[in-house]
Amino acid sequence: MSLFTKKHWQRRHLTETFMKFIMRVSLAIVASALGLILWIVIVRGFPSLSWDMVTKIPEGGYYMGKGGGILNAIIGSAYLATGGTLLAILFSVPIALYLKTYLGDSKWGQYVRLSLDVLWGIPSIVYGAFGFALMIILGMRASLLAGIIILAFIELPIMTRAMDEVIRRMPTDLEHAALALGSTKFEVALRVVTRQMLPGITTAILLGFGRGIGDAASVLFTAGYTDRIPSSLMNPTASLPLAVFFQLGSPYPEVQERGYAAALILTIIVLAVSLGSRWLSSRLNRYTVK
Amino acid sequence: MLFEMQEQAPALQKENKMTPHIQVKNLNVYYGKQQALKNINIEIPKNQITTIMGPSGCGKTTLLKTFNRFFELTENTQLTGEVLVDGQNIYSPDVDVTEVRKVVGLLAQRPTPLPMSIYDNIVYGMQIHKMKKDRSEYKTAVKHYLEVAGLWEEVQSRLHEPATSLSIGQQQRLCLARGLAVEPEIILGDEPTSALDPISSQHIEGRLIDLKDQYTTVIVTHTLRQAKRLADYVIYMYLGEVIEAGPAKEVFSNPKHERTKQYLEGLF
Repeated sequence: MSLFTKKHWQRRHLTETFMKFIMRVSLAIVASALGLILWIVIVRGFPSLSWDMVTKIPEGGYYMGKGGGILNAIIGSAYLATGGTLLAILFSVPIALYLKTYLGDSKWGQYVRLSLDVLWGIPSIVYGAFGFALMIILGMRASLLAGIIILAFIELPIMTRAMDEVIRRMPTDLEHAALALGSTKFEVALRVVTRQMLPGITTAILLGFGRGIGDAASVLFTAGYTDRIPSSLMNPTASLPLAVFFQLGSPYPEVQERGYAAALILTIIVLAVSLGSRWLSSRLNRYTVK
Repeated sequence: MLFEMQEQAPALQKENKMTPHIQVKNLNVYYGKQQALKNINIEIPKNQITTIMGPSGCGKTTLLKTFNRFFELTENTQLTGEVLVDGQNIYSPDVDVTEVRKVVGLLAQRPTPLPMSIYDNIVYGMQIHKMKKDRSEYKTAVKHYLEVAGLWEEVQSRLHEPATSLSIGQQQRLCLARGLAVEPEIILGDEPTSALDPISSQHIEGRLIDLKDQYTTVIVTHTLRQAKRLADYVIYMYLGEVIEAGPAKEVFSNPKHERTKQYLEGLF
């Protein structure tokens, strides 16, 4: 036996082998769960996926197996999630930049981060109930606008904290380089930090969008559900998660199958947005300083 | 502005040979409770290269950072005394720190291109100070400052590529061009060649020498040979104090203090 022959029976080598095994098992469980979800949605949803489903609104008796599609829910969800995300961006970018530029790790900064983390943890049904109570006070009805506002509430803490975590990793040298030229802190934030951190900010926005488009509980109370495509912000609107929920809850097997098809459509949308923004952020990556 | 200065430069230089551009009076700087600079009183001559030397930890970078109010970016710092640029105290309450940093430019230790194209790196500073009227003026200025920094030939065909695509040495010249574009009067260099290879260092040193008639240059360096190559005026520091300051020829050939002598002989 040479000097360097590995002694496999030694305790530290056994420990490593065992730990590696546990890591691999965990990875396998998670990966197969993801695979299984996709598999079920595709296998059960794909056969009932039809052109009608994505181009027509429900016809009379749709929920009892008659003709039509869920275009109302697809468009509704697109409106809701896009509107909610835009509204959330409008507030989360300034908050994240303010946290970075002026609050830093001060007491106030920590307090704001804690508040956002608490907001992040509130279940969406509670947001829905809150929105519903607010609407009653304001005399509003279930509408696209109310849905957008409540989704923005849900997305805001996720987006802001995700951006904050990214922006905190901004290299100090880079900030100083811009300050040395006589920039104000705001100019550094707006023109240097956002550019350097654009890929991360895109990911944060995507996280918010993903949460928004998939949320059922909050829009149930606030946006309502209807077979029509909303023509104004004041109309109620359908959404894909609720379309899945209502169809899966139906006693008719063919309607249930359509529920899986709706889930497949939702998954495809999230996947497409995710891949699209990844591509976009890799393009934006061009100028960042590593 | 720059062209005017170029024409005036020779006359100014003679006239102002000993005119101080920066004056430091009774300057004390503290990091928390620790005193980093102790009662500094120096004058830095106009349109010459001044090098600040001394062993590491002696406060030379701290002193440099008081000239563009950069030291206050570190938390928990305190300063007493005055730093006057052209006779005006840059620490007086009515002074706009962004204006100070426009007049007093900084070349950092490691090149730090901004996350944008080569062209935009130069334009950035001019834009925030609204120094030019239209695109053609910006274009002309970009070309001019890249030429001054000795980078134009190498980058003229790739101005819109990311600045990070340049080599480290080119990046530092880009940083020089970027700094000059906001038309400063003073250039500070915080060991500006320490991250560069010898050829790139030579390039930067050459540029600084070319420019010294037009700008007051203050360089922190830890290499004695560099100080000897560049300096017209020398400041030697030790443990937060200025031990000796004077024209380079005098200090290098005939240091007055024992400590300076030892340092120059390489004893520590």
